[in-house]
Amino acid sequence: MLQIGLTHYLVLSAILFSLGIFGVVTRRNAILVLMGIELILNAANINFIAFSRYGTLNLDGHMAAIFVIVLAAAEAAIALAIVLNIYKTFHTVNVDEINKLKE
Amino acid sequence: MSLIDILFYFFATIAVVSASIVVFSRNIIYSAFSLLFTFFAVAGLYVLLNADFLAITQLLIYVGGILVLMLFGVMLTHKVVSVDMKTGTLKILPAALITSMIAGTLIGIFTVTDWKVAPLQTGDPMPTAKAIGEMFMTTWLLPFEVASVILLIALIGAAIIARRDKEEK
Repeated sequence: MLQIGLTHYLVLSAILFSLGIFGVVTRRNAILVLMGIELILNAANINFIAFSRYGTLNLDGHMAAIFVIVLAAAEAAIALAIVLNIYKTFHTVNVDEINKLKE
Repeated sequence: MSLIDILFYFFATIAVVSASIVVFSRNIIYSAFSLLFTFFAVAGLYVLLNADFLAITQLLIYVGGILVLMLFGVMLTHKVVSVDMKTGTLKILPAALITSMIAGTLIGIFTVTDWKVAPLQTGDPMPTAKAIGEMFMTTWLLPFEVASVILLIALIGAAIIARRDKEEK
């Protein structure tokens, strides 16, 4: 049995990344698109931490992952505010029905 | 199989299964709650990778912050009582095709490449919080300050965007 190593984590993050891309591309609901983005960011973070454990990245990978989490938090707050505004204006959050920049 | 291997496959299975539910479920509430399990599984993987501080940060910020924001978004943009919470999908087939191509390419590259692997450090894993704190205050000081400014901007910006209609009237 192959011991758990770098490749296992990389393959797992590739699967999570692809699932996130699929969610972003196919879902109509803007909030589900945001969830797909969070999946993608988590996949990237797994890569950072895996390389800092098995590669030569050391703690720098941890730092990059922390900044990714910080930016994800900021992005989620702004995106949710925008989604709430869109809902107020269009009374829907389906991204395929929102095709105007203003009323 | 050692305990680490079993735990890795356990967390990996949870992560992949719950991420699939997030992506494929028709009910948006199910998606939001299975995202919780994905975040927990990823935090468990961080622990397996000796990243204790990252695991706690993941739990605090993703589970405690971002997921609650997502649930707020779901509740505020759907008529929870009357209309069902179903949500549609667009163009499943081409998206599945392209995504599986992306996944195949990535996995192929990841498995074929001969990664430069450092010799594994043996012995008990060291706690990382102290070292991370020192790095924040020395080599990573500028990104740290920029991140704090970005968080402030996001805070003010989100408040202004969400309340904008009152000022215009």
